[in-house]
Formats: sequence, structure tokens, C-alpha cells
Amino acid sequence: MKCKCFVTGLLLISFFSTQAQIDPALLKRIPKDSAGVTMNMDAIYSRPALQVAKLPVSVGGYVEANWQHLGTDGVSEGHQFQFRRLTLFVASAISKRIKFLSEIEFEPAEKEITVEFAAVDMEFNPLLNLRTGMIVNPIGAFNQNHDGPKWEFTDRPIASEQMLPATWSTAGFGLYGKYYKKNWMYGYEFYLTGGFDNSIIENSHNKTFLPAAKENPGRFEESASGEPLVTGKIAVKNLKLGEIGLSYMGGVYNKFKEDGLPLDKKRRVDIVAIDLNTTVAHTRTTVIAEWSKVFVDVPENYSQQFGNKQHGGFMDIIQPVLKRKVLAWENAVLNIACRLEYVDWNTGKFKETAGNIADELWSVMPAISFRPNSQTVLRLNYRYQQQKDLLGNPASKTAGFSFGLSSYF
Amino acid sequence: MKKAYLLTAGIIAGILMIQACTKTQPAIPADDELLDGPVDGLSYAANAQFLAGDKAFNADVFTRQTGLGSIFVATSCGSCHAGDGKGTPFTTLTRFGQTDSTGNQFLHLGGPQLQNRALPGYTAEEIPAGASFSKFTPPANTGLGYIELVSDATILSMADPNDANGDGVSGVPNWNFIPGYVHIPVNAVTQNGKYICRFGKKGSTFDLLQQTVNAYNQDIGITSSFNTKDVYSGSNIDPELSDLTIRNVVFYLQTLKAPVQRSQNDLDVSTGENLFSLINCSGCHRPQLVTGYSPVEALSNKTFFPYTDLLLHDLGSGLDDGYTEGSAETIEWRTPALWGLGLSPNSQGGQYFLMHDGRAGSIEEAIQLHGGEGMQSKNAFNALQENEKLQVIRFLKSL
Ligand code: HEC
Ligand code: HEC
Repeated sequence: MKCKCFVTGLLLISFFSTQAQIDPALLKRIPKDSAGVTMNMDAIYSRPALQVAKLPVSVGGYVEANWQHLGTDGVSEGHQFQFRRLTLFVASAISKRIKFLSEIEFEPAEKEITVEFAAVDMEFNPLLNLRTGMIVNPIGAFNQNHDGPKWEFTDRPIASEQMLPATWSTAGFGLYGKYYKKNWMYGYEFYLTGGFDNSIIENSHNKTFLPAAKENPGRFEESASGEPLVTGKIAVKNLKLGEIGLSYMGGVYNKFKEDGLPLDKKRRVDIVAIDLNTTVAHTRTTVIAEWSKVFVDVPENYSQQFGNKQHGGFMDIIQPVLKRKVLAWENAVLNIACRLEYVDWNTGKFKETAGNIADELWSVMPAISFRPNSQTVLRLNYRYQQQKDLLGNPASKTAGFSFGLSSYF
Repeated sequence: MKKAYLLTAGIIAGILMIQACTKTQPAIPADDELLDGPVDGLSYAANAQFLAGDKAFNADVFTRQTGLGSIFVATSCGSCHAGDGKGTPFTTLTRFGQTDSTGNQFLHLGGPQLQNRALPGYTAEEIPAGASFSKFTPPANTGLGYIELVSDATILSMADPNDANGDGVSGVPNWNFIPGYVHIPVNAVTQNGKYICRFGKKGSTFDLLQQTVNAYNQDIGITSSFNTKDVYSGSNIDPELSDLTIRNVVFYLQTLKAPVQRSQNDLDVSTGENLFSLINCSGCHRPQLVTGYSPVEALSNKTFFPYTDLLLHDLGSGLDDGYTEGSAETIEWRTPALWGLGLSPNSQGGQYFLMHDGRAGSIEEAIQLHGGEGMQSKNAFNALQENEKLQVIRFLKSL
């Protein structure tokens, strides 16, 4: 059945033709502002990288380091100096129409070196590319477009990192393609990959927590349910108006069977997301927003501590206020920005009281960012956040500053 | 030149920011607004043990991998005792048994506690046919170290089984068998092999160690060397928790501070306090008790204000659930401490769920549910002027 679709798709798509796959030339260090011609799905390729002499690979990456001073209800951990991550990209154009790209992340705090992305892309046609390997599922836009230097904030959006599992990568196959005409671009992505596991509702976070599945490295070898996780995304971009994406990811997450014996019924997790970004031409104000909803089949007699519905998202508003030469930097930009975020980890009502289940958070984060060039950002953020527990007791309040640097290299 | 300005401005901004850090952050809530936090004057080492217990109590969430269930009621202590305060119907647990005091006859059928939740793939327990049951809403955990240190002699001195003073209030301790692992104080009083117990809604638990061991076992499905019986299989299994963790949690409970009264100087509050005694609420909710010796200075030989006598009272048929524990009969409940009462909504999701099963939605409702030995007192309350009633309530909310 799936095979048939594949073939039909192939046939259909071979009727169209333009060049969609990213020019391998991009892999060389060309510090160009490519925002106009790429979409979120291109994020992994639209990064600066360096090719050394005639070596067949190009390398690049980014670093992120911060200082943070946050306090919650009068209790602060004091000054914290954080080296969040060092990420390396290694890419190579294996041949015409075959490319390889990997992203390897070092997170000293987690004592972890993880391969986030490592895939070979084969282009049959701009509308039909096959991607194979360890891939980043295109749910929302942040998951694929998560590089530190792209953002005006030291922290990743909470809904993307603690509701959706950014950066969620899985082993699998996928098809993607892009088509454009005049000012319009259309893109699709469709992947079949390994999926989640029981940890999304059985974890020490005491809530339905999709990122818990990231802690299981076994997922690159064995999918708990033995059923594919389907991820699909369609996106449209108008060069003047901006981009909007609709995505879906879902599948059976639980180990419902072992050695052929049933252990539980099949239980699904389904996620839908919408993302958009636009820059108002007149004011150069950029708005990046993403919203998603998660549905999990939680067993009836398991605890409502673990919600069967979640939703949340963020909106970044970025306003350049200065664009000129500063010291030695020709095109330095100073931005003011603000991020608004909300997450509800447990949407619903208690069976016992019909009262609202809270377990939610909102946060406002004004920021100033300074970009001496297109690859480096210095940013100062102030966060004010309120978080409520499951029962909706008085919110705990967190606030404080962070200051950090993130740069591609 | 310009560079120098920029640099200086940057450095000054940086210094200002660091200076301003704590000012731009949320203030610490006043001590009298919070239930958690340790008693004063703990040593460094005691603070460390308190923190270890705090973490085990609030942050350690159990999963299948760490021993949860397979049937259970909740995944951590803190899930039911949020901020060390009272719980809600969501965290209310059910115990089943029978109407006579011959000891629980349903232990072989999963008693005394109903594990009403189960890991995916497992089936939760149901109340066996023929069993009676009662629902218990989690109480606050504050100041329990003081309660533990009240001597048996003090408790007995407040008992008045035959209502010798004729105030309509009798009051008896819960005499119960105790497990071998508890530490029995030298001045403990015993009768036919039974001891005076004081914790829990029916006062059937001896001390905080027993309460903690049972909570891990019956609420979360976690075995320890003190109780190795697995709630799901009924067999003895390896301990899923270290003795050290249990000791840390017990120390945490023992050294949680007593709630601090608010608005003590308010005239309504002090008038309410007098009325509370006048209508003999204090016949059961004893304002003042004393502790015996403790190696923790803050707890040792102290007078404290819990508003309980730690005794069982017949509160009338309205609260009769047909369930017994130890020597507590179906209509008998241990007087709950009233300290911290006004802060209940902070852990009950902004509402009140009072009495043993949370059936009262307000303090007024809780008073109206007093029958039996509490009847005279309730009638006296109802006979008060409206503003006097409000003064009593204001006093109770200041606790
Ligand atoms: C399912 C919810 C739930 C969980 C989980 C839970 N408790 Fe409780 N707790 C209760 C209830 C209900 C009571 C009243 C029990 C009784 O009457 O016997 C109680 C009573 C107590 C008491 C006695 C308070 C008093 O005033 O007599 C202590 C101490 C206590 N719990 C500690 C703990 C510890 C320690 C843990 C974790 C190991 C824990 N609880 C886990 C619901 C819970
Ligand atoms: C005969 C003893 C007795 C007297 C007198 C008495 N109470 Fe109580 N009170 C109890 C008992 C026992 C309970 C617990 C009943 C239950 O859990 O179902 C209780 C519960 C309460 C509660 C709910 C506490 C909670 O945590 O859920 C409040 C409030 C209260 N009493 C206030 C009063 C006031 C005010 C008076 C005087 C008008 C009073 N009581 C008189 C024994 C008494």
C-alpha cells in the first residue's frame, strides 16, 4: 500500500520540474543572507560552512555560551555560567545530486555527544528528494531550525523544547521537494521514522513529556512500537509576505507487543503544528510564531497526572533599530525583541471535581540583541515567567537576566 | 574615543545588571504564607539532610523503572502533598475494610488501601465485594515533628472516655499494634501489646517512620527494607528504596516548621480566638501542646499551637463511613490540627476541601458537619451573632 503511494508519487512528481535541492555551493563559506530564498525546511543546509582547500568535505558549526541569573519565588541559584553546546556540521557533496550532512552536538552539561542529524540526500527531481539516515522531524519549524545564532534569545522556546521534543531526531526515510514560481514557493516533507516510547507518559517529569523519549538512545536501533512514526509538513512561502507551515507527526508510541505477546492495546501520539514567519516590509519587523497541539492516548486507569492533551507555542517579535557600521563591523545590527510563550502540559478537567487541570506556564522575554555580522549574535534577555502546578495553586514566579553569545564558525 | 565610550557604557551596564539581579526577581513569599521550610537553627549537616529529604519527598517521581506500582495511587509524595499542604479530591485515596475493629479482614484482597491507578497494561484495583470503605484527602505535613514528640502521658491526660467533666466531649486515643521497626520511646504507654498511635485521619499510625514506610508502600507501590511486600504481586521483593532515603524523608517531616499564624494582632482574630474557646471548639482542637526532649534543639521541650488533642472523637453518623482502623470505630476521627488551615487553598487549587474526605467546601461547612461529640460546640457556634461567627472564621483563617 505504502509502496504503491510511493510509486504514484514518483510518477506524479516527475511531471514537475525546477531546481529545488540546495546548491552545494552553499556549503562553502559565503556569508550571505539567504533568508529570501530558503524555507524552514532548508535550515539544515542554509548554514555557513567552510571548505578546506580541495577537501571533499566542508565543516562548520556553532557555539553557545551564556551567563544567567534567575530567581524563583525569592530563591536564586545565583550567577550561572553556562556552556550550552558546541555543534559541528560536516557536509559533503558526494556527487552531483547526492549530498551528505551531519550535525554533531556536544553538550558538556549533559555529558553528551549526540548525532542530531546525519543523512544522505539524493535528488531525483527538485520535487522529489530522498533523505535517509538520522533525520530531524519537521514538526513545527523550530525543530529543524534550531541553531543558536538564528535566535535573539539564549533559551530555546519552552513549548518547542519541553512540550515538543526539540531537537527530535529519529532514524528513517523521507521524501521532500520544493517548487517555486515567481514569488511563491511550495515545499513538502514526508518521513517514515522510528517513534516515541512509553517514557512519554512514564517519566520522572511527572507529566506527559514527549522529550523524555529523547533519553532513549535505543530508538535509533529499535522502535518501541514497531510501527512507523509519520511526519508530514507542507509549507508555502511568498517572498514578500512570509512563510506558513502546517505539520503533523504521529504514530503508535507504546510497546504493545513483545515476542509476539500483547502487552497493551496500541496507543497513539499525534501532534499538529502551525508555524509562520514574516517580515513587515515597511518597518522590517520580523514575527516568528509557532503553535502546536499534542494528543496522547493515555490509559483510562493510569493517572491524570499525565495529560492526554497539551498545547503551546511562542511568538518572537524582532525589530531592528540600528543597522550600520559599528567599530570594525560593516553591517552590524541592533535589534530589540520580545518572546511571548505559553505551554499547557495538561489540557482537560479532573475526573473527580470537573475542575480545570492547570500544569501551565507563560513567559514574557524582552531582549536586546546585537549582530556584528550575520553569523554572530550577542543577546541580553530578561525573562518573567509564571508557572502553575497541576492543581492550579498560586503560580511560582521566575524572573531574571541572561546574557549570551552564539556564533556560527 | 568612541570605542572607549562604548566599552565604558557596556561595562557600567553590566555591573548595573548584576547589581540589579535580585531586585528584578520575584520576592520571597513571607514565612507565614508558606508551609514548607525547616524549623529554625538547624546545623549545616541537618540542613543538608533536610534538603535530601525535601528532594526525595518533592522531586523524586517514581516510574516503572524505579519501582512505581504496578498499581498505585500517585507517583511521588509531593504529588499529593503539594507544598506540604493539604490535597484535593484528585489526590484523595480510598481505604477499605469492615465495620468492626477486629483488624482489617481484606488484607488478602489488596487491603487496606485501594490502588486505583495502574501502569499502562495493568488493571487497577477495585473495592472487593462486602468491604466498606472511606476516602481520605491528604492532610498538610507541617509541624509533624512537634506532634511526634508529644508524650503519651500528655495525650492520656486530655482523654476523657466517660466525659467526666460533662462537656459532651470524651476523646480516646487509638490503641493499635505497631510494626517491629518503629522506635518506641522510653515513656511510651502500652496496653495488651498495643500502643497509642497518633498519625492519620483515624490516628492509627504510630510515628513518622511508619507513616513514611506505609506511604511509599501503599501510595506509590515502593518497597523498602521496612516493608518488602509488593502491593501488586503480594510477594516480598527486594527493597526499591534505601533506608537512608526513608530516614531522610522522616527527618524532613520531623523538621518541617510549624505554620506561622498571620494577623495575630487583628482585633477580630483575637476576639475569634476567645470565642473559639468559649464555644469549646478547643475541647478537641487544643490550642497548645508541649514536646518532650529532642536532639533537634528547635523541637525540644517546646510549647506549640496545633489545635488538636490527637484523640479520637465520635463526630456523629453523618461522618460514619463504616470503616475502622486500629481501635478507631466507624464514627471516630482523630481531631485534625488546625494550624495552617488558612493556607489550605494554596495547595488545594484555590479552594477548600476540608474534613477527612474533603467533602466540606468551606470552613463554615466543615463546622456544620460536626455532630456527635462536636454537636454542642457546633450549636454554640450557630447561636453566635453573625459578626461573631465571622470573627471565629477570621481567626481560623489566620492559622
Ligand atoms: C495518594 C496521595 C498520597 C501520597 C502519594 C502520599 N500521601 Fe501522605 N497522606 C495522604 C493521605 C490521604 C493521608 C492521610 C492518611 C491517613 O489518614 O492515614 C496522608 C498522611 C500523611 C502523613 C500523616 C499526616 C498526619 O497529620 O497525620 C504523613 C507524614 C505523610 N502522609 C507523608 C507522606 C510521605 C512521606 C509520602 C511519600 C512517601 C506520602 N505521604 C505520600 C496522601 C498521600
Ligand atoms: C468533639 C471534638 C471536636 C469539637 C468540639 C470540634 N471539632 Fe472540629 N473537628 C473534629 C474532628 C474529629 C474533625 C475531623 C472530622 C473529619 O475528618 O471528618 C474536625 C474537623 C474540623 C475542621 C476541618 C479541618 C480539616 O483540616 O479538614 C474544622 C475547620 C474544624 N473542625 C473546626 C472546628 C470548630 C470551629 C469547632 C468549634 C465550633 C470545632 N471544630 C469543634 C473534632 C472536633
